[in-house]
Amino acid sequence: MRIIIAFAAAIAFGVSPQLTFAQPSPAKAPAKVQKKAPAAATPAVEEPDEATKEFEKFRAQMEDSNPAELFEMKGEELWKQKRGPKNVALAESCDLGQGVGVVKGAYVGTPRYFADADAVMDAERRIVWCMVEKQGFKFDDIAKNPFHRENDPGAPDITNLVTYVAAHSKDMKIAVPLDHPRVHDAYETGKEIVNYRAGPYDFSCNTCHGSDGKRIRMQNLPNISTGKGAIKGVQGWPGYRMTGGVMLTHQWRMNDCFRQQRFPSPKYASDVVSDLLTYMIGNANGQIYRGPGIKR
Amino acid sequence: MDMFRRSLLKGVSASGALAAALAAGILKPTEVLAADEWNRAAFDSKDAGAALKAIGASSATDSKDIVLTAPEIAENGAVVPITVLSNIPNTISIALLSLKNPLPLAAAFDFSEGAMPEMQVRVRLAETTAVRALVKTADGKFFATQKEVKVTVGGCGG
Amino acid sequence: MADPMKIRASLKGDVADIRVMMSHPMENGQRKDSAGNTIPHHFIQQIWVEVGGKMVIQGQTGTSISRNPVFGFKVKGAKAGDKVVIKWRDNKGETRSDEATITA
Repeated sequence: MRIIIAFAAAIAFGVSPQLTFAQPSPAKAPAKVQKKAPAAATPAVEEPDEATKEFEKFRAQMEDSNPAELFEMKGEELWKQKRGPKNVALAESCDLGQGVGVVKGAYVGTPRYFADADAVMDAERRIVWCMVEKQGFKFDDIAKNPFHRENDPGAPDITNLVTYVAAHSKDMKIAVPLDHPRVHDAYETGKEIVNYRAGPYDFSCNTCHGSDGKRIRMQNLPNISTGKGAIKGVQGWPGYRMTGGVMLTHQWRMNDCFRQQRFPSPKYASDVVSDLLTYMIGNANGQIYRGPGIKR
Repeated sequence: MDMFRRSLLKGVSASGALAAALAAGILKPTEVLAADEWNRAAFDSKDAGAALKAIGASSATDSKDIVLTAPEIAENGAVVPITVLSNIPNTISIALLSLKNPLPLAAAFDFSEGAMPEMQVRVRLAETTAVRALVKTADGKFFATQKEVKVTVGGCGG
Repeated sequence: MADPMKIRASLKGDVADIRVMMSHPMENGQRKDSAGNTIPHHFIQQIWVEVGGKMVIQGQTGTSISRNPVFGFKVKGAKAGDKVVIKWRDNKGETRSDEATITA
């Protein structure tokens, strides 16, 4: 069953159907692959180097006045305003899992199963669902440009909304309800997706993020199969990215993983991203989420 | 004591009456907005020397009483947090320059009416460069200090 | 119209710690859009800070200031409840003014 779901997801984002997630990719010679891969992970010591320590010194200052708050302000306005063809406010119609209109704790409580949509959804996907179902916006209009691009005058509404919602889970424990059978299914599918090797570099997520001590250039890479590592992949999203001055969501980050693996882009707000997020955020259960962050 | 006329921002071009009105707090910001006083010559200067000259600071004495806090290595050249604090008595203005940027002058601020001579800014650095903080005192003297900031190339999106 | 600023002003002793975040592209005139055309200059040039009705800080800025600028200032002799008014004006003549109250 799990394999079938994963397989369907693979087809959904355009991966050739004769490959399966469980395949250990014996087809290619590892030596050749390693040479080809520019980001091939090399072991690194856990001890932070001088540069890392120096970055940390200024982190607190950057986080203290994080432009993410500007997007949060816009998100709050959008959450409370009556909008869309149905002229309804999300604050009076949208249930993010904590009750209609409740934002407190919603971000750390997702992904979760939503019976009205019969799907496991992460926070961003759920807000999109509310915008479509409750406010009457067209999904395709939202999905056309769902992420903040450098030359855009501002972030898309959905990004501002996610930032607002995420800010209301600051300093709360991550609590993805993994004991729900549908959430558990999504978690298991997510686990298979992170093991799925494909693309010109024959990468899987786990090539870089499945064991300890990997890094790319100066950055240490978290091992998302552990709680300690998974929280690093969750922390700081949505995040204000200094490069380009854009506000980016966790969904964007997942899409960018596909890009970095040279995979086709996943469909916006689709199962594959929710499943990945269920796996990663689920692994971080019990850890404290620090709210919207700042990224290099 | 006409502080604004002596400041970095209101050079010889500012009329005495306007400067006095500003110093006395008579003019409201809306009225000030109408005056085009942005120091184009200084901010458009392509080298630090010319920019300094344009704000009247051709020479400055090095001073340890200016505390310039900037990272040794910047995580991202697009956003480098810098704090300048002057312990020099009667500081009225602080300017900040990034010497290798295409247009070196980043900011100049005037302080009065209880404002402490301290500013926090975030600047873009095009490459590894010295950043220079310049202080002007009420008696028209200039002091300076500088610090090297390395700009790195990083990994992926974090 | 330009988006609002976020201003925080809190008192430590008799010194107000003022932080302001501004929503502004701060285009330095050196970037290109996807079509390869240079994106023209668009940046904040002047900033005013008023505390308790008095102009305390005036600044001028250039293209080296980061996108969505953040500034921090300290003002002595301020009281809780004093109003902080911050204004900016950019090279296109656009302006924005926002205010906050100093908290203890």
